[in-house]
Amino acid sequence: MAILIGEHTRVLVQGITGYQGEFHTARMLEFGTRVVAGVTPGKGGARVHGVPVFDTVEEAVEATGANASCVFVPARFAKDAALEAIAAGLDPVVVITEHIPVHDAIAVVDFARRRGVHVIGPNCPGITAPDRCKIGIMPSHLFRRGPVGLLSRSGTLTYEIVAGLTRAGIGQSTAVGMGGDPVVGMSFVELLELFEQDGETEAIVLVGEIGGAAEEEAARYIREHVRKPVVAYVAGRTAPPGKRMGHAGAVISGTEGTAQAKVEALQQAGVAVAELPTRVPELVARALGR
Amino acid sequence: MRLHEYQAKELFAAYGIPVQRGVVVDRAEGVAGLDLRYPVVLKAQVLVGGRGKAGGIQLASTPEEAQEKAARILGMEIRGERVRRLLVVEAAQIEREYYLAFVVDRSSRHLTLVASAEGGVDIEEVARRSPERIVKLSVDPSLGFHPFHGRQVGRRLGLSGTLLGQFAEVSCSLYRLACERDAELAEINPLALCDGRWLAVDAKLVVDDNARPRQPDLPADEETTELERMAREYDLSYVELDGDIAIIGNGAGLVMSTLDMVAHFGGRPANFLDVGGGASTEAMRRALDIALRKPGVRALFINIFGGITRCDDVARAIASSPARVPTSIRLTGTNEEEGRRILEQAGMFAFTDPEEAARRAVALARGS
Repeated sequence: MAILIGEHTRVLVQGITGYQGEFHTARMLEFGTRVVAGVTPGKGGARVHGVPVFDTVEEAVEATGANASCVFVPARFAKDAALEAIAAGLDPVVVITEHIPVHDAIAVVDFARRRGVHVIGPNCPGITAPDRCKIGIMPSHLFRRGPVGLLSRSGTLTYEIVAGLTRAGIGQSTAVGMGGDPVVGMSFVELLELFEQDGETEAIVLVGEIGGAAEEEAARYIREHVRKPVVAYVAGRTAPPGKRMGHAGAVISGTEGTAQAKVEALQQAGVAVAELPTRVPELVARALGR
Repeated sequence: MRLHEYQAKELFAAYGIPVQRGVVVDRAEGVAGLDLRYPVVLKAQVLVGGRGKAGGIQLASTPEEAQEKAARILGMEIRGERVRRLLVVEAAQIEREYYLAFVVDRSSRHLTLVASAEGGVDIEEVARRSPERIVKLSVDPSLGFHPFHGRQVGRRLGLSGTLLGQFAEVSCSLYRLACERDAELAEINPLALCDGRWLAVDAKLVVDDNARPRQPDLPADEETTELERMAREYDLSYVELDGDIAIIGNGAGLVMSTLDMVAHFGGRPANFLDVGGGASTEAMRRALDIALRKPGVRALFINIFGGITRCDDVARAIASSPARVPTSIRLTGTNEEEGRRILEQAGMFAFTDPEEAARRAVALARGS
């Protein structure tokens, strides 16, 4: 089993007629994802790579039985699009769009929580269950099915680590890019809980970065609730304090949120922490007893 | 983006939060003639912390003293930041100092009120020393923040009588400001009690950069260097560092890990530059331009893992704008084969393995 998605997932792409939406719909179809519908208001009736386009999510769901969404809609309209998907009961709702204002993200995540819907992102690469389903923009050829569940706050760093695992002959059950913004739908803790319960996952890789306290919260949860081995990497060890590094997520202020504090918290919870992203596969191999 | 105190206070006043009467000046001449009641407080308008300790806040009892001190502060440099403006306010008779803020809380994923009856000091210090002195209230986004919330918080701070209702008003105004102005942090420290009424004696406002397009009347950002500003105009994320290896990558996490790798192998990054998701050929060209402008750069390390970014787009930019310093390229991911073909035609080579590429970049910077 994968977490959150699988063979049953029928994906609707919001913003399917845009540059990114169109390009990555093709990649998802090649991967084997069942992309059943697209939505772009005002472009109902069109087709993109054979996928029917609708004006509203409501119509798309009624016509195609879509049960999950992938949002490529530009930041200005992304809140509206995500709320539309949640209101229609799609689950998960994966928001790829970057630069969404944090107050919009708060509103989206809150509505999702009320409706019991899982939101991944915003500003994320999506979720991939090798051989079954991919929602988002992760490069398909990196993946191979296997025992590792991966959760990450960073996009490209996720690819880096997945590629390393696959090269080392270690496949993945599901990889989740949670998004780099200060407010995202799913947290480390919620995903760790799913991976701990997942029958296919034998080891977990957690990829964190400076800023916030998500890694420290994950460490507390791991210590008390996770029996499966966990390997981690935390980016930003050499980042100077007080500087914003790209995402809103990656800012260290004062002593809290430094890479060192996170690494120590994780190590105290029994997590093997890699010094470089390229060193993750050997730690995972050891954890799996290979 | 962080606003200056005087900019934040202009917004406070617009939202009905009481602030002291004051004037902003950028030169000492004329300070003595300002129509203000003495004594006055002169406050350096800088974005770095610790201006009080550095002598950037001073009291003056007479117009002559004010002018003289204004001249002194306006020439100062506080932790590397030159003082270009001064806020001159009428001094307040402070009876007691409180703390009040709304902040985006990553854990609860809500806007959260933080308040304390111990204001005027570093709130993180209070939180460490006596966490029971901090009142927190997570705001339910679909309910909002109402006067009754303000009264609840006020009671927990020990307030009563008319002050309680006025505190609720101030907190509702601050909440409205935080929401309407897309603040990540709206802080009043201290929120002071003066002559039986509330006064925002200091103001800190950090506005969400992602909300810039819908906050057109924001002042210009002064926190950044010239190259950083230029990068922002190009929608690139650039931070200047003090080493000699220019770094370009895609995705904040990957670029941070690239800095970590370079440091691990003994090199010193000159910058952090994230071309972002879906970087086009044009964005990559601009990134190359900005990364190489910094003086003292001895090598360039490009680390691209294509996802939404396509390797062929990136390769086209690299091939068409040759760098002035030796370059180590790592290219893999979406449309990788096409990207490699373009580089090869231009006589360039790209690594697949990031560690090898990082080692190479460090060696190039050393001239070997």
